[in-house]
Amino acid sequence: MSEMPANTSKGHIEVRNFSLAYETIEGPVQAVTDTQIHVKPGEFVSIVGPSGCGKSTLLNAVAGFLKPTTGVVTVDGERVNGPSAERGMVFQQYSLFPWKTVRENVEFGLKMRGMPRSQRERAARTLLGLAGLEAFEKHYPEKLSGGMKQRVGIVRALATGPKVLLLDEPFGALDAQTRVIMQQILTNMWQRLKISVLFVTHDIDEAIFLSDRVYCMTARPGSIKAEIPIPLERPRQQSMMMSSEFLALRRGLMSLIREESLKAMGGEISDLGMQGLNIELHGHSLVEIL
Amino acid sequence: MSSPALARHPEDSMPATAVAEAGSAPAVTPPAPPVSFGTLALRWYRLNRAGLRATAIGIISLLAFLLVWHLLTTYRVVFFVRFTNVPSPLAVYASFTKAMHDPKFLMHILLSCRRIFIGFSLAAIIGVPLGLIMGRFKLVHEIIFPVAEVLRPIPAIAWVPMAIMLWPTNEQSIVFITFLGSFFPILVNTLHGMSLVDPVLVRAAQCLGARERSIFREVYFPASLPHIFTGLTVGMGVAWVSLIAAEMISGQYGIGYFTWEAYSLVQYADIALGMIAIGVLGLGSSLLIRGAGQLVMPWRST
Ligand SMILES: Nc1ncnc2c1ncn2[C@@H]1O[C@H](COP(=O)(O)OP(=O)(O)OP(=O)(O)O)[C@@H](O)[C@H]1O
Ligand SMILES: [Mg+2]
Repeated sequence: MSEMPANTSKGHIEVRNFSLAYETIEGPVQAVTDTQIHVKPGEFVSIVGPSGCGKSTLLNAVAGFLKPTTGVVTVDGERVNGPSAERGMVFQQYSLFPWKTVRENVEFGLKMRGMPRSQRERAARTLLGLAGLEAFEKHYPEKLSGGMKQRVGIVRALATGPKVLLLDEPFGALDAQTRVIMQQILTNMWQRLKISVLFVTHDIDEAIFLSDRVYCMTARPGSIKAEIPIPLERPRQQSMMMSSEFLALRRGLMSLIREESLKAMGGEISDLGMQGLNIELHGHSLVEIL
Repeated sequence: MSSPALARHPEDSMPATAVAEAGSAPAVTPPAPPVSFGTLALRWYRLNRAGLRATAIGIISLLAFLLVWHLLTTYRVVFFVRFTNVPSPLAVYASFTKAMHDPKFLMHILLSCRRIFIGFSLAAIIGVPLGLIMGRFKLVHEIIFPVAEVLRPIPAIAWVPMAIMLWPTNEQSIVFITFLGSFFPILVNTLHGMSLVDPVLVRAAQCLGARERSIFREVYFPASLPHIFTGLTVGMGVAWVSLIAAEMISGQYGIGYFTWEAYSLVQYADIALGMIAIGVLGLGSSLLIRGAGQLVMPWRST
């Protein structure tokens, strides 16, 4: 792929022998175990997996918000031990500062870096233009639609020129049409800026459509169940989602996830002592019905 | 290109339009044709109909209140409560016009305002930063909170004897009581605001490179502002309550003293005048705070 900047050495994420347990009153809750992942410079990698399998946990550890219980996270060989502007993050919840206008939000990272006002204003305008948001620079986030908020969130995270961009189900709350547009915008910005992206989603189509590679996680405690390269060529078109290649990938991933989701749900259901459900379902087991 | 993020790959020049098209949101509105004054007035009326209605009803209800007051006092109604000695609105109005030309009355008002200003400002200047720091640093919270919790339930009025002992002059003890009255609401609400700051916003700031001080200034403080202003509004109300009580007990000047003195001197119209003045001053000062709040928090005004 000519688009891929094989020469850049920036944004190489390595997660090795990773596990993370949360300390709770009932003792440690193992969220992620024995996980190895990596993202090559300029690569777009997604993580999919059943709900509660530890996707956010993994991403937050890469961001530096959580310390691994065992193992290490490195970016370009440097150990991660706290959040930094080198690793931009977009959150599932809208996380714009309500007291700042769209442009001030985008400027925030540059301001923290000590860039003079006029310079960062210009930079923010350029970036907002890229995302088609220049008309909204003076708006407060409250007045924006969900899609726009997330667009601003992405632009804000990119403004400081991070090596890697981490996204935790950023489009989870958006409707299908907005999602598609956001995916195009994200792809576009990724290709222009040539940074590494680690993208968490539960939407399989989204993962395949966007990624160079997809990691599929097991049910909790999460680990990597499979690693699926996505050989679809770029630039990707919406029409590709009907291609046999795409559908084959989709089928494969779908069955992987289904297996794990059932495990996860089965676990929860027996946790709640609800095996009796099978009887009320007139002899069909839950697995058959699902 | 000036953006640092973009500057890394200046050779890459994919057309920006692709993104803009995909975004497709900011349809620039065509310049509107000029509208006549009549249309504008009509639109303004439509947009503000609810507000106009509320204002009209408010005026009518105030007038009705005055009328009932007038009737109750002219006919000296005695029905459980006795209106025999209560001054009529007209009598109060007469004593108001007289008071407006009386430098002594104006001095009472000015002195009360000065006490409020000093006491309340001190409470805000100490209470807000203290609340912010207590909200951020656990140790400070652990040290100060128990003391605050013990002192907080004591009404400011109960402090009057103690204040008189503590402070050399009467003036100082009254200001002190005003301060105490507004201090705790301000502190408690600031603390509350700090406890509600969305942790995601803090994380967002952290991974944009913000350090502790910037996070404090750029996230915790603005995020707490709405609650800080709630505290200031409540604090202002309690400041007036405490001030009037202190003035009635130990004052020599001030609008609370004026009201109490009017009772001792059997000038019934002045009692009502004093009460109304206190009400208007309290209302005015909370409007001031609300205005300041809107200035400081433009993102909250719609
Ligand atoms: N602070 C915490 N304390 C204890 N357990 C936690 C905590 N945060 C998460 N967990 C548990 O760890 C597991 C992994 O959580 P995580 O949020 O990483 O999952 P996820 O894959 O992102 O799920 P989702 O798809 O629902 O976002 C979950 O089972 C969750 O209950
Ligand atoms: Mg999650």
